[in-house]
Amino acid sequence: MNREDFPLLKEDIIYFDNGATSLKPVCVIDKIKEYYTKYPVNAHRGDYDLAYKVDQEYENTRELVKEFINARDLEEIVFTSGTTEALNMIVEGFFAPLLEPGDEVLLTMSEHASNVLPWFRLPKKKGVLVNYIPLDSNYYLTIDNVKKMISPKTKVISIAGITNVIGDIRPIKEICKLAHENNIFVCLDGAQMVPHMKVDVTDLDVDFLAFSAHKMCGPTGVGVLYGKRELLEHLEPTILGGGMNESFDTPDEIYLKELPARLEAGTRNIAGVIGFGEAIKYLNAMGMDKIHKYEIDLRKYLIDKLIPLKHIDIINIESDSGIVTFNVTDVFSQDVAYYLNKYNICVRAGNHCAKILKSSVGVNNTVRISLYFYNTYEEIDDLVELLSDYQKIVKEMI
Amino acid sequence: MNDREIIMEHYQHPLNRKKNDDPMYLHVNTRNESCIDNIDLYVKFNDNIIEDITFMGEACAISISATSIMIKNLIGKTCEEALNYIREFYKMTNGEEFNENILKEGCAYSDVARQGHRKTCANLPFKGIEKAILSHLR
Repeated sequence: MNREDFPLLKEDIIYFDNGATSLKPVCVIDKIKEYYTKYPVNAHRGDYDLAYKVDQEYENTRELVKEFINARDLEEIVFTSGTTEALNMIVEGFFAPLLEPGDEVLLTMSEHASNVLPWFRLPKKKGVLVNYIPLDSNYYLTIDNVKKMISPKTKVISIAGITNVIGDIRPIKEICKLAHENNIFVCLDGAQMVPHMKVDVTDLDVDFLAFSAHKMCGPTGVGVLYGKRELLEHLEPTILGGGMNESFDTPDEIYLKELPARLEAGTRNIAGVIGFGEAIKYLNAMGMDKIHKYEIDLRKYLIDKLIPLKHIDIINIESDSGIVTFNVTDVFSQDVAYYLNKYNICVRAGNHCAKILKSSVGVNNTVRISLYFYNTYEEIDDLVELLSDYQKIVKEMI
Repeated sequence: MNDREIIMEHYQHPLNRKKNDDPMYLHVNTRNESCIDNIDLYVKFNDNIIEDITFMGEACAISISATSIMIKNLIGKTCEEALNYIREFYKMTNGEEFNENILKEGCAYSDVARQGHRKTCANLPFKGIEKAILSHLR
């Protein structure tokens, strides 16, 4: 779908690494250029017309994000540099001050490093426990396993909506309901979910959500921290400086701005935020439900073609997202990626930043195909043709 | 054998790929930031001579084969000779003039300078052994 909007797709390239980042449509690129050429001034700083214009554009993206994820208030939308920064702010600014020794954080073994490492600081710092909810035989997170793991000491469950290696869609709404019945917060890593399907924070009732613009046709260096307003009010700024304070005099006399400015210190990535707004408009025009359905159909087509290939070991046959993870028998994943690169096919090889998954799946590295709406059935035919010939892979992998 | 055959031979039948718990060996880990190659080298020195090298690890065909070729060519060399070999190898992967007589089978990677990330894969074992030698000399 919409391939004509992507300059890179006019080249002889097949791009299957959308889990890492997405391509950018020309409207987003033009919008960023518009900022730099027509009103390249700072936001929230000036009293001249250009400054007013940039404020309008910047805040317009906040409005677009609010509606895109169906938040209640504009003040619940904080711009960050990406999912990683947002998750770090949630852990350091909200949970680190709140949690007590002996409190428990629940993660799963298939979380991205960004949703593991910030939490890993808490055991040393605060005596907080970090434990894992077991996955089932498909590496899925089930509500039953969540039920089994929670206890009175559990204070927060922090999980991805869709994991970046297995690609399973987690039952977030049910998990939030169960968690809230037990006074547990839910933090959702939406990096792989928000770009691919409708995410309604009010319906899901998540407490926090983090996601990145660059995985959803937007620019790099921009992300969103969503938090329920009553919780965000208690999130302590982890970065202090210009733009976030009302006034200051002595160390004891610092007055901070209201939300969300309080959590957006310094000059933000203005061009990126404005470009992100254009990306959201672009996705809205396509329709998130349509995008999601197309990706599921495309994935099924790919899986059906890969299953008969005996030398392909698919890690996640079942999954309702656009992620397919596999290995080729006795060929290192990086060599498979290199082989496909010879034919201008971009795939990812490695552990995909989910390093601890190896202890569950038992493999350290895999090849990952991650689809987006601009991928086609013809591209999949080309990929499968190249993967079908085992001797060719071995011959051409160096 | 052509370059590809040399690389495949060393990938499929690498020299000295074995677990090594011998305390006489110096252990260094070598890995790339940009990819997923991860190799443990075990080096035994006899005064100034590299007496033995073994390795373990998970890596691509280029890294594994380069490790094997490195082992074949550096065992028995003095530290200075080995460092000289490593310098010539880097010159080759940087696309500079290099001495083919010193590198021998190592010349099989003369194309990798043109292949982006593959350069770091080929250099990987040499970065590791360089670290081990410099550590030994200190």
